[in-house]
Amino acid sequence: MQSLSNRKKVLEQKPMSFWERIYLPAIAKGLSITIKHFFKKIPTVKYPEEIRPYSKNFRGQHSLKRDEQGRERCTACGLCALSCPAEAITMTAAERKKGEENLYREEKYAVVYEINMLRCIFCGLCEEACPKEAIYLDGKHVTADYLRKDFIYGKDKLLEPKFDITKLSQNQQA
Amino acid sequence: MAEEVQNFKVTIDGITIEVAPGTTILNAARQIGGEIVPPAMCYYSKLEGTGGKCRTCLVKVSKGSEKDPRPMPKLVASCRTTVMDGMEVLNITSPEVVDARKAVVEMLLINHPLDCPVCDQAGECKLQDLSYEHGAEKTRYEFERRTFERIDIGDKIQLHMNRCILCYRCVYVANQLTNKREHGILFRGDHAEISTYIHEALDHDFIGNVIDVCPVGALTDKTFRFKNRVWFTKPVNAHRDCPKCTGKVTLWYKGPDVIRVTGRKDEHNEVEDFICDTCRFETKRTDDWKLEEPTKISDQSVIASNHYLQFDPPHVIQDNPVLQEANVEQLARSEKLK
Repeated sequence: MQSLSNRKKVLEQKPMSFWERIYLPAIAKGLSITIKHFFKKIPTVKYPEEIRPYSKNFRGQHSLKRDEQGRERCTACGLCALSCPAEAITMTAAERKKGEENLYREEKYAVVYEINMLRCIFCGLCEEACPKEAIYLDGKHVTADYLRKDFIYGKDKLLEPKFDITKLSQNQQA
Repeated sequence: MAEEVQNFKVTIDGITIEVAPGTTILNAARQIGGEIVPPAMCYYSKLEGTGGKCRTCLVKVSKGSEKDPRPMPKLVASCRTTVMDGMEVLNITSPEVVDARKAVVEMLLINHPLDCPVCDQAGECKLQDLSYEHGAEKTRYEFERRTFERIDIGDKIQLHMNRCILCYRCVYVANQLTNKREHGILFRGDHAEISTYIHEALDHDFIGNVIDVCPVGALTDKTFRFKNRVWFTKPVNAHRDCPKCTGKVTLWYKGPDVIRVTGRKDEHNEVEDFICDTCRFETKRTDDWKLEEPTKISDQSVIASNHYLQFDPPHVIQDNPVLQEANVEQLARSEKLK
């Protein structure tokens, strides 16, 4: 039958020659490839000791920010939850009472703020939507866990710890 | 036999319509509808005497009438100017009007705190829409914005004077719907503020309507304060037998709970019927109401986000009978939503 593609090749099996029959050149060739790899650069990163450099726009776990005076910036406006394509964010707002001015920046604040990390796709739209610069995805990876309920991160996990801005040096900020 | 009234022909942005004499340009434009309707912050068709205060509805009259075709020398407030036969009006087609409107919005925003993330009106605020469409990105105002303390008008209504644009709508509501008005405008010019006389509580069955007529977040429902953002709630039309009002309202649901009751608003953000305070504040359970249907909300509104009322099958499915057959079950389910 004529080949349709004209790419047909007929292979003939020849009997092996003497040098091929003793296999030694093939073994030497194989070994030389193996030995060559001893001198190549290893692409593997030995993870816990060595950490691969992150890109500048890496998006990790969210953190709720505080302002210069240590007050929570979030005002529970709901724009992050609105913009979230995975509908991972929920919040409950409350009114700031007298005497809490040092805790919350605006007269309204989020008393409950939850992100379902199983739903979150780390797209960063919440960060973009935030009018108060209150949420940033500047953390590390979200760690593994055993139970689904433990992936719903509340304010206890998200909120940035209090810091003293005067003691922050330039290096720490970078 | 009554003499037949000759209708006036008026052309707005190139669209001609015949309207009854005495109609304002704004109402003529509303009869045409669409993009050419000038925005209005202070005019309210259900209240007498409103309009002429905010100047957002400015239009250019390029031809006065058939008899006197001279253009009007200045931009006119369309809510206060009645049409003449053969009048030609330019709204969005005139760069002068667009420019003037931008200036008006800048003016309205001079003292506005822009606290939309905190404000309960955000999402259904006309000033927000207006400044989004016409406003400048930055203010040129260099002075301190005037600030006031929050005032409780009664136990259900809260007045944030900071956000007020002095449209006078609430004053007209109190004047025309209730028999005693306790609040009004004190002082003049830049010092003008809405206030009750020595903070006297307003107490009347219909006073809650000041919340609905307020185009900004100056008068807000205290029972809804910080409860939720409007775009997370789902509006449903409902009615009940109310001895005081028509009882036709919109319920705003969050999950199974009614968290707010308002009047039904039309596309110009005006309520269809004023509702009484019992309907508004005291009946917030589903068993109090007979539900009708989900309120229709414009696709442009943020409230419509994540609300799936209608199912639009993609064109691929619409054009292909094979795919339609394959999706019979899904399509039948979506029919119920229509």
